[in-house]
Parts: sequence; structure tokens; C-alpha cells
Amino acid sequence: MTITLAFLALLMAAFAGWLVRQSVGVQPWIADSQTAALPPQQVSLTASPVGLAVFLAVVTSVFGLTISAYVMRMAAAPEWDFLPQPPLLWINGALLVLASLALQTAWSAARQANAQRFAQSLGFGAACTVAFIAGQVLLWRELSGAGYSMARYVGSAFFVLMGALHALHMLGGLYALLRVVLRLQRGVALPQVREAVGLCAIYWHYLLLVWAVLFTVLFVGAEPLYAWCRS
Amino acid sequence: MAHSIYDAVSTAPPAEGPEMELPPHAHSFIGKYVFCQDAKVIAIQYAITATAIGLVALALSIVMRLQLGFPDSFSLIDPSNYLQAVSMHGMIMVVYLLTALFLGGFGNYLIPLMVGARDMVFPWLNMMSFWIYLLAVLVLVASFFAPGGPTGGGWTLYPPQVVSPGTPGVGGGIILMLVSLGLFIIGFTMGGLNYVVTVLQARTRGMTLMRMPLTVWGIFMATVLALLAFPALFVAALMMLLDHTIGTSFFLPSMLNLGEQSEHSGGSPLLFQHLFWFFGHPEVYIVALPAFGIVSDLIATHARRNIFGYRMMVWAIIAIGALSFVVWAHHMYVSGMNPYFGFLFATTTLIIAVPTAIKVYNWVLTLWRGNIRLTVPMLFAIGFIFTFVNGGLTGLFLGNVTVDVPLSDTYFVVAHFHMVMAVAPIMVIFGAIYHWYPKITGRMFNETAGKIHFWMTFLGTYAIYYPMHYIGFEGVPRRYYAYGETAFISDSVQTLNAFITIAAIVVAVTQILFIFNLVWSWLYGDEADPNPWKATTLEWQTPHNPPQHGNFGPELPVVYRWPYDYSVPGAKDDFIPQNVPPEQVEMLPGYAPAAKS
Repeated sequence: MTITLAFLALLMAAFAGWLVRQSVGVQPWIADSQTAALPPQQVSLTASPVGLAVFLAVVTSVFGLTISAYVMRMAAAPEWDFLPQPPLLWINGALLVLASLALQTAWSAARQANAQRFAQSLGFGAACTVAFIAGQVLLWRELSGAGYSMARYVGSAFFVLMGALHALHMLGGLYALLRVVLRLQRGVALPQVREAVGLCAIYWHYLLLVWAVLFTVLFVGAEPLYAWCRS
Repeated sequence: MAHSIYDAVSTAPPAEGPEMELPPHAHSFIGKYVFCQDAKVIAIQYAITATAIGLVALALSIVMRLQLGFPDSFSLIDPSNYLQAVSMHGMIMVVYLLTALFLGGFGNYLIPLMVGARDMVFPWLNMMSFWIYLLAVLVLVASFFAPGGPTGGGWTLYPPQVVSPGTPGVGGGIILMLVSLGLFIIGFTMGGLNYVVTVLQARTRGMTLMRMPLTVWGIFMATVLALLAFPALFVAALMMLLDHTIGTSFFLPSMLNLGEQSEHSGGSPLLFQHLFWFFGHPEVYIVALPAFGIVSDLIATHARRNIFGYRMMVWAIIAIGALSFVVWAHHMYVSGMNPYFGFLFATTTLIIAVPTAIKVYNWVLTLWRGNIRLTVPMLFAIGFIFTFVNGGLTGLFLGNVTVDVPLSDTYFVVAHFHMVMAVAPIMVIFGAIYHWYPKITGRMFNETAGKIHFWMTFLGTYAIYYPMHYIGFEGVPRRYYAYGETAFISDSVQTLNAFITIAAIVVAVTQILFIFNLVWSWLYGDEADPNPWKATTLEWQTPHNPPQHGNFGPELPVVYRWPYDYSVPGAKDDFIPQNVPPEQVEMLPGYAPAAKS
């Protein structure tokens, strides 16, 4: 649970720090008329980015706890069968990097109102994402075919569990992208979807980061991690 | 003479965004009451669903009590369905009733109104939250009709017991339970995002964080906890589902089941316990923090006193929330953990008692020399303080390893957690329902029936749980269908069990009076004053009673003060609503507000 606790400690520290700034020196029992005279304040962020930030904290908790469970399960296992690293694994990773870059380009194009580049990069990003998800399914089948079934190898079971959770989050992102496209088709101007595309890009970058961590703990870093767990 | 409370100060600027775009007000029945995006309607939908499934859990508790009080008198109750009743009662009450009612019910109704918002920030997501919750409840109910019935492996769903042959509900029951939990968590996350972001982004002008009612603080922090802790249950449920259906070995070790070698190997049942309690202990505070917040507002309003130590109360809520993540293993002292680990978790458990005690002291100090009105909500609020202190003190016993080990899995634990986590929050729920009933329905409830309901429930629950502590001291283990001739269990235990059962039936029947009062008063009750308790918070200042779509008419209220301006020296009335500017406060002769303009 150390991993999850570290994340929560960071989150709570940030929250407490923010709250200290809001509360220290404030005497809430004192009324004032200043607020009525204040012009309506535009907060720096709208609800959607804050909503995404909160959601990403929840997703971090999901993956943090899954990784914690993986580490604890490793620590309890006297021996561990490490998963192979077929070429498809690296191809999938590359696809996700491309998808993330494409979404960043789409965001940039939306800011510059460049409709053609926006459409191309959005389409490319979505295609890479779909290919990534399909690639993950193929990777699972390849591992199963090689004898690494979920029932026999707990490492494989963790790969399927974490991979499926990650893919489901990617599908959720694709749904958000689809909503952007539908809004554009209804005649909404490109600058008006800028924020939504930006949020999608941030979401993709975040899921790329998550996959990088999963890729490390499940595949390339599994052996040293196991050695550390057992030590 | 100017009074110091009106001395000019600078306050943090309010968090105000542009006016939110409300979904159009629906006029059809389906749009208005079924697929509705208005948080107030969603709150009522949540409350009705949670109450309905809560009544099922109440009935299950009577099934249990009948068996314990009068063993072998009811042929319909066999060991299997006794264990199923125990398991489903626990899970329904904790997750599907208390969590859903506090956050989905009160959260939806009160957050937008109390912070001065028109609605939740993501209304469609909010509506979906309820429908997924309803689906989760229906899947849970379906498990009663699955072959073999619902799970009987205990509400904690410990493997390998819960998925092993011989345990009731090992077929479809446990699968439906796990699916239902997954759905509940997805639905809750949708609602939880709304509660948090609405508090952060949709407060009206002047509603600084330190002017928010403690009810909002409690629900806000509980939601943060739930958003971060429920994933542990989600992941655990998913892994258990895979273990049970596909044959993975996350939690299940190699076993001989009824003489047959299982296909699993190497799984760690302890891993499940860690995940479950990593959710399970914050869950206590997911239920308690909204109760703490609500009871603070009930006490201040009905004692006509400003809450004692507001800032301390806010920080106590934050501290309890943060600490609740580092105490989970005190539920696992008997799992064979390293003694140093036990010492660590005993220490954190005792530390969490500090901010909790601060809150209790502050409630009592708020009551001290208050102009206490023993209204029905106030009775329940005071009942909560008594019950919570009782339950909290036995928690201090159980938090210590050496005391916990002999008491573990006895009725002492059952009595403790029912006092602190069942009766105490339910007291607040009743108090809150009575308090906000005139706002929600526009009608007044019958006060006499409310008071009868309070006294029967308060005394009745003490009649149930006080003797249960003694049964626990004798070492009587929980979750047993029958004890038969057991050497260490004295005969008086059976007498006490019969007494407890009768008390439980009385308390259960009393709830019919409560529901009847709510329904009858809604239909025939007197029209309520828009602010019958003379309260200060924004929900009582709406132009319509009950509030309409958009809550506040054409203009959102502006907030000038905190929500606890009761019995302000020099003021003509004993309350000043949050949206009244200092210069408009009527003062007694000799007092003059010096407002900063």
C-alpha cells in the first residue's frame, strides 16, 4: 500500500496547503459588505478542467491500488513467472505515444483555428488509439497462446486486469473525442471546442504515463521489482 | 456603539465562475421526475431508492434477531439464509443506504442550495449517477433470486470463504454482489465528481471556503475520501470476480474444497483484506463526516448559537479525512500481522480520536448556554452526540491490539460499530430529514409523531446495543446461527438475546411511524413557513418553497457572512441570514453596525 499512500499523502498535502492559504488569517465570523461591491470574478479555470483533475486523481487511485496489489502479491509469492516481451508490446507502446502526440497537435491546431490540421491529427490520434486497444487484445491472445494463461500465471492475470482497466479508460477518452466531433458536426466553431480537445489531449498524455508505469512494472522492470519485493 | 463583529476585514475573494448553463426545465412527468437533471429531484430519487433498499436490510436484521432471540422457533430460518441475512444486511446498510443517502441524497439536495449554485456543475452526469446506482441496487436485489440466493460469506466478503463451495450464494449470488458493487462505485464516481467540482467552482459571490456551512464541508470531504477509497473496493471486487469466474489466483490459495483440489494456487487472502479495509475504514468516515457536518448545523440552528470553533471544526474534518487512510489495518489485528505493524496502526487509530474529540467538545460547547429548542431535529442531534460518544469510546478499546484480540469477532465489536457507524449516523439522518423536510416538501411534519419516533428509536437502540456489549464481553462470537450448549456462554445470554430481539422489533416497527409521518405530512401537513427554524443558510432564503428549477430566481444570492450568525449581540433578530448585508441588519437601540462599504 506504500505506493498508494505516497500518492494520497502528496494529494492531501497539496489540498492542505491550498486550504491553509484560504483559511489562515481569515476570521469567518466577521461580516462585510465588500463582496457586494466586487465585480463578478472570473475564476481561472472552468468546471471541466477541475472535473478532469479530480477524475485523474480517482484514476490514479485505481491504478495505484492495482499496482499496490500487484506488488503485495509479488511479495507473497515464493516464485514468479515473468512475462515475455514480444515485439507487439513495443509496437503498442509506440502507437500510444503517436496517439498522444496527435492529440497534442490537434489541440494546437484548435488553438490556431487550423481546421485541416485539426481534423487530420484528431483522426490520426483516434486511429492510433483504436489500433493500440486492438493491439492490447492481440498481445493478450499472443501471451495466452504462448501458455501464459490468466489462470496459470498471476503475472499474466495482472497484465489482463491492468491492461483492460487502461483500455476501458482509453475507450472513455474516445467517447469524449466522439462528442467533440459530433459538436463540430452540429456546427459548433472550432475555437469553441478548444478546451474540450485540450482536456482530451491531457487525458491521453496521462494515460500514456499510466501505460509507461504499467509497462515498467509488468514487463521491463518486473524482475528487479520482484527482487525488491522479496528482499 | 459599534460591535466588533462588523469590523471591516478583508476576505478571500469568492470563487465565482460565469453563470452555469442549466438544462431546460422539463415539463413532462418523465422529464421532471424520472430522467431529471435537477439535483433536488435526483436527491429525492436517491433518498427513496436508498430508503427502500434500507428497509429490506432492516427486515433482514429482524430475520437474524428472530433466530438469535428465539432459536429454532422459525422453520423458515436455516443456517444458510441466516448467514445470507447477516451478509446482505451489512453490505446494504453500509454502502447502499448510508453512503447513498448521505452523499447522493443530502449531497445532491444541499450542496447547490447551500453554496448558492443553480445546480450541480455536470447535471447529465449527475442524472446518470442515480440511474447507475439504481441499476446497482437492482442487480443486488436480483442476487436474492439467483440460484442459491445471495452471498452468505459475510459483508466483508473475505476470500476464500466467500467463493468456496459450501458457502451460501457461491453460485450467482456472489457474482451479482461483486457486479453490483462495481456499478455502485462507477455511479458514485459520477456523482462524486459533481459534488467536489460544484463546491470548488460553483459557489456564489461571497461564499468563501471559510463561509461554507459545515454540512457542505462534511459532504465535500467525505466525497473526496470516497472518490479515493472506493477504487480499492472496485479493484478488489474485480479481482475476486476474476478469481471466481476465470480461475485466476489473486486471492485464492491452493485449497482442498470438500475433498477436491482447487485449481487455484498461491493467492493471498490477506491481500483482499488489505484492499477491503483500505476502502472499509475510510468508509466509516465517508458516513461519519457528512453526519458531523450536518449535526453541527442542526445544533447551531436549534441552540441559536454560533458553532464553537468553526475553523477548528473544518480542520478537524480535513484531519480525520487524511488520517482515515492510515488506520485500515486495525481491522486486521488477528490476521497475524507483525506486532510492530499492530503498534503503528494502534497509534494512528488513537491519533484519529484527537480531531474527533475536538468535534465532540465543540458540539457540547456550542450547546453550552445556548437557547436550546428541543425540536425533533435537535433531539436527534443530541441523541447523536450521546450515541457517537458511546460508540467512539468502545472504539478506543478496540483500537488497542491487546484489548482487540480477545474481543475480536465477538458481539462487542458488533455493538461498537452499530453504535458508532449505524445508530449515530442514522440519528443524524433522521434529524436532517426532519430539519429539511419543510424545505423539501413545503409542509410541516407532525411534531408529536416525530418526538415519539425519536424516543422509541433512541431508547430502543440503546436497549439493543447496550446488552450486546456484555454478550461480547462473555466472548460470544458473531455470525453463528446457533450456540447450542457452549460451556463459556452463560444462560443469561439467551435471555439477553431474547430481550434484544424484542427491542429490535419495537425499533423496526417504530420506523413505520416515521415513514407514515413523512408521507401523511407531505399530503396533508400544514404549509411550512419558508424558514421555520429561522436558519441562516442560503437554502432557507430561496424565493420559493420548495425551491424551484434554478434554485434562486433570476439573481443568485450574494453572501456577506458565515452561516452561524445566531444570537448576535445587538441584533434585533436572533439570526442573520448569510445573504443579508451588514447595513441591512436591524439593530437594537444603542447598537449600530459598522459595515465596510
